[in-house]
Amino acid sequence: MAKKRVPAIEGWFTTGDTPSLLGTRGSESGSYFFPPQIAVSRDPNAVGEDYEPVELSREGSVWSYTTNHYAPPEPYVSPDPFVPYTVVAVELDTEKMVVLGQYEGDPEADGLSVGSRVELVEGILYEDDSTEYTVWMWRKAGA
Amino acid sequence: MSAGGHDVAVLGVGMHPWGKWGRNFVEYGVAAARDALSDAGVDWRDIQFVAGGETVRNGYPGYVAAATFTQALGWNGARVASSYAACASGVTALETARAQILAGLVDVALVVGADTTPKGFLAPTAGERPDDPDWLRFRLLGATNPTYFALYARRRIDLYGATTDDFAAVKVKNARHGLTNPYARYRKEFTLDDVRNSPIVSDPLRLLEICATSDGAAAVVLSSVDYARSHAGGSPVRIRAVSTVTPTYPNTVIEMPNFATDSAASAPPPERGFRDSVAAAAYEQAGLGPEDLDLAEVYDLSTALELDWYENIGLCKQGEAERLLRDGQTTHGGSCVVNPSGGLACFGEAVPAQAIAQVCEVTWHLRGQAGERQVEGARCGLTINQGLFGHGSSVILST
Repeated sequence: MAKKRVPAIEGWFTTGDTPSLLGTRGSESGSYFFPPQIAVSRDPNAVGEDYEPVELSREGSVWSYTTNHYAPPEPYVSPDPFVPYTVVAVELDTEKMVVLGQYEGDPEADGLSVGSRVELVEGILYEDDSTEYTVWMWRKAGA
Repeated sequence: MSAGGHDVAVLGVGMHPWGKWGRNFVEYGVAAARDALSDAGVDWRDIQFVAGGETVRNGYPGYVAAATFTQALGWNGARVASSYAACASGVTALETARAQILAGLVDVALVVGADTTPKGFLAPTAGERPDDPDWLRFRLLGATNPTYFALYARRRIDLYGATTDDFAAVKVKNARHGLTNPYARYRKEFTLDDVRNSPIVSDPLRLLEICATSDGAAAVVLSSVDYARSHAGGSPVRIRAVSTVTPTYPNTVIEMPNFATDSAASAPPPERGFRDSVAAAAYEQAGLGPEDLDLAEVYDLSTALELDWYENIGLCKQGEAERLLRDGQTTHGGSCVVNPSGGLACFGEAVPAQAIAQVCEVTWHLRGQAGERQVEGARCGLTINQGLFGHGSSVILST
């Protein structure tokens, strides 16, 4: 039987083949915020403005990236044995903000460098016997 | 305000050696405090205010650090305040004490920070904490502290042509600086090959390039300039500026423990990035500039991060730090010796003590008491670091 797929966190991204990060946008300033966790606009030039939920751009440019070779402490759920993973910081063109995410793929084989184009996907963060817990990830654009 | 109107005097400094001693943090704090009091020649019972840098890994006594140290030293009726600002806790405590003195509320104050640390990566507070970004960054991303250090390091390679050997050379330099420092935990020379052969933690950074966590304590006795004159005579080292600024919106550099930066869609980023602004605020308050520095203690959480700081404190332009290092300008004989203590490379981090330890080190150099690691003729020094969640921390001291 196929495992259930469940987002590892509710309300931060849409799921499926073309997922998006869910942020908020200030109605006056047009400034963007992610994650959507705190229901306020943090732009000091538009104090008290309304904000609305918004899907963020699904593509961006690599600001930087790194591959971790040691298992992080809890609450990270590491496979056993541990598998190195890549974290990438991505600059979104419209939102003019940098968002972190894990990278799906091999950065070396993909020739990843500062400025490379990447796109958002839904990937498996960890799993147990019955469920795959998913999270947003970035991969090489057009892969 | 007239020139010097913001100054306070450093009457005494003291530290407990860094290490992995496994004892209660209060013991280290008391040892450092007693050394600082003895160095100042001030009786503990005359201290009117105690500022404590908090530790969050040692239970309630750590949260109320100032009261904890005061009780341990023997209640003397002093007023107390404890500060938490992650890596900037020590200087936030120092700033509280300085403000009390400058406001004329007290004449003489003690600042103490101490920590006992667990093994391995610094981990978030335990339990299920889905509202805490510090918990979530580990859960959803596996974004350890070295992850962020490595993101900055990678940019230096891709944007400025830095090499991994440049980063390794920072470790080699700092290890040499700290060789004879009696307070340093690691007093061992490292070669480029040692660094090259150590395991990769977060690419491109290797194990020997990322600071460890340590037990340790540091303390400073501060007073008004008038008190120092009547009490000690001579001309004590003075604190010329303290900067505890936060970022200005939008902060467009990704920082621990955040998932994203601010958005620059509605307003352009400020002229100065956050780390630049921490130093700029200190320079402005002191009426001094980078050309006045003989030494600087900067937070080398990673080797590559030390190079970022060269630029943030204005020793060189952006992208030129590697050249400054290669030219030997940041070691003995250079224009500004960076991390003469050996830095975090030789200490490992004792969070609430580290920023105070930086102040102790600069003080020793300005007094000519730094022994074999003395920066010749040092008259002015700067300390700088940054605490999680947007805490700036910088102090400028001069003779």
